[in-house]
Amino acid sequence: MNLQSIFTELDKVDEAFFDRLEHVSRRGLFSTLTRKTVAVAAPAIMASALTKAYGQSSELPQNVVDVLNFALLLEYLESDFYEFGTNVPGLIPNEFKPAFEYIRRHEELHVKLLKTVLGPKAIAKPPFDYSAKGMFTDTFTNFQTFSAVSQAFEDTGVRAYKGQAPNLMNAKPILETALRIHATEAAHAARIRYMRGQKGWIPLASLSGLPQSVGSMVYMGEDNVVQKGINLANLLSGQVPLEGITEAFDEPLTREQVTTIVKPFLV
Amino acid sequence: MKKLNELMQPIGPAVNAHRRSFLRTVGAAAVTGGLLTACSTADLQVSPDGARAAAPGDVITLPGGDLGILNYAFVLEQIESRFYELVLANPYEKITAMELQLFQDLRNHEVTHRAFYRAALGSAGIPDLTLDFSSINFRQRTDVLEASRMFAELGTAAYNGGGKYLTDPENLAVAGKIVSVEARHVSIIREMEYMNQTAFAGDNIVVDAGLFIKLEPMEVLPKAQKYVREIIDARNLPTNVA
Repeated sequence: MNLQSIFTELDKVDEAFFDRLEHVSRRGLFSTLTRKTVAVAAPAIMASALTKAYGQSSELPQNVVDVLNFALLLEYLESDFYEFGTNVPGLIPNEFKPAFEYIRRHEELHVKLLKTVLGPKAIAKPPFDYSAKGMFTDTFTNFQTFSAVSQAFEDTGVRAYKGQAPNLMNAKPILETALRIHATEAAHAARIRYMRGQKGWIPLASLSGLPQSVGSMVYMGEDNVVQKGINLANLLSGQVPLEGITEAFDEPLTREQVTTIVKPFLV
Repeated sequence: MKKLNELMQPIGPAVNAHRRSFLRTVGAAAVTGGLLTACSTADLQVSPDGARAAAPGDVITLPGGDLGILNYAFVLEQIESRFYELVLANPYEKITAMELQLFQDLRNHEVTHRAFYRAALGSAGIPDLTLDFSSINFRQRTDVLEASRMFAELGTAAYNGGGKYLTDPENLAVAGKIVSVEARHVSIIREMEYMNQTAFAGDNIVVDAGLFIKLEPMEVLPKAQKYVREIIDARNLPTNVA
């Protein structure tokens, strides 16, 4: 695709695009116009495609607005967390910096995408408390805590999007976009788990290295073995260990369950 | 350097397959499969057992609607599960204990997915396919990891693109439960290949606005057909959202 035509198109849908580019290069992440810089602009393209499908954001069905704002709250929470954490000198060990840099960038892109799609209906970013009301005293000074909170956010994000997917069935392009964000969150979650010495997938409802108070909520119900009425533990008895059966399916969380997990992080 | 270059490539060209050219592709793949078979080791071809077995050369026509999409997923899960069963039966040289555990986990998950679809679809399910992995060198760690990555990426992209065609919320919910596990596989397999880099969520699988790649069934099936000795006919699969 022709770069110039992308920019012309972008300029039409998002006047702030060039400002954002400038912002990005000021941060010194990208000194030249690279593929990565173009990626920063992609939410505008995506949003343009979605608004073409749905008209103005004011015409989005209310259930879709609700789901997207719920997702936006989680993405704000994650994005600010990584924005802060990746800028604390010495917090993240060198070998893990590339991973966190990519995760930070993806969450920032998700925020921009959701905000652009929602337009004036987007909720404002609330202030966050990453100590979770004093549950964590060293979120940004102890890498073990930082990565544990990251794991909790990513695994919760996967389960939260999953729970909302059926609510987007009346908005197919948005459903597909949400599924694709969901898979990105899963790739993040697996990487964070692995760097913390956990399996990339969730065995049973194991706390997976999180403190009881958090892990019991984040992984509640992950030990389910019944799918569409089929008891897979019975079906696969002697062929696949119970742990493997539960790892094979990530379970959804309801909006209420997610809210309970997230609430301590809201000021 | 070659590997890094490959990593920067998309997992394959977006095939905007017209139905007729799709069938041609499938036909060509089936012929190629047959030729490869003639000079391959027997243990890398897996014939199904049991009453619901298909035979090489059979045409398997996927149904329409949700049943079509679920059977489409069942094709992919059959390929993945057999592949990992073979990896464990033929472990590559100098495989580490950690890598064996990883492949055991992947095998457990994919066997579970296959068993789920087989049970959930019942008599509406396609038969057990005859699979042919003779193009993969199971002795080589790099080959096995590359094939694992390819299957996991294909699976994730397929669920990402196929989900919107499902009309029953329960079917979408269960597909959603599986796709994130496939995405977790992609992340960990890539981490095994390219440790402590950004490959786990690299620019060729997470594109645009932080979105994981997606593929339409017509883009996925020609890639899957390479490993299947029956001919998968996808003409009835949904191509437009309801």
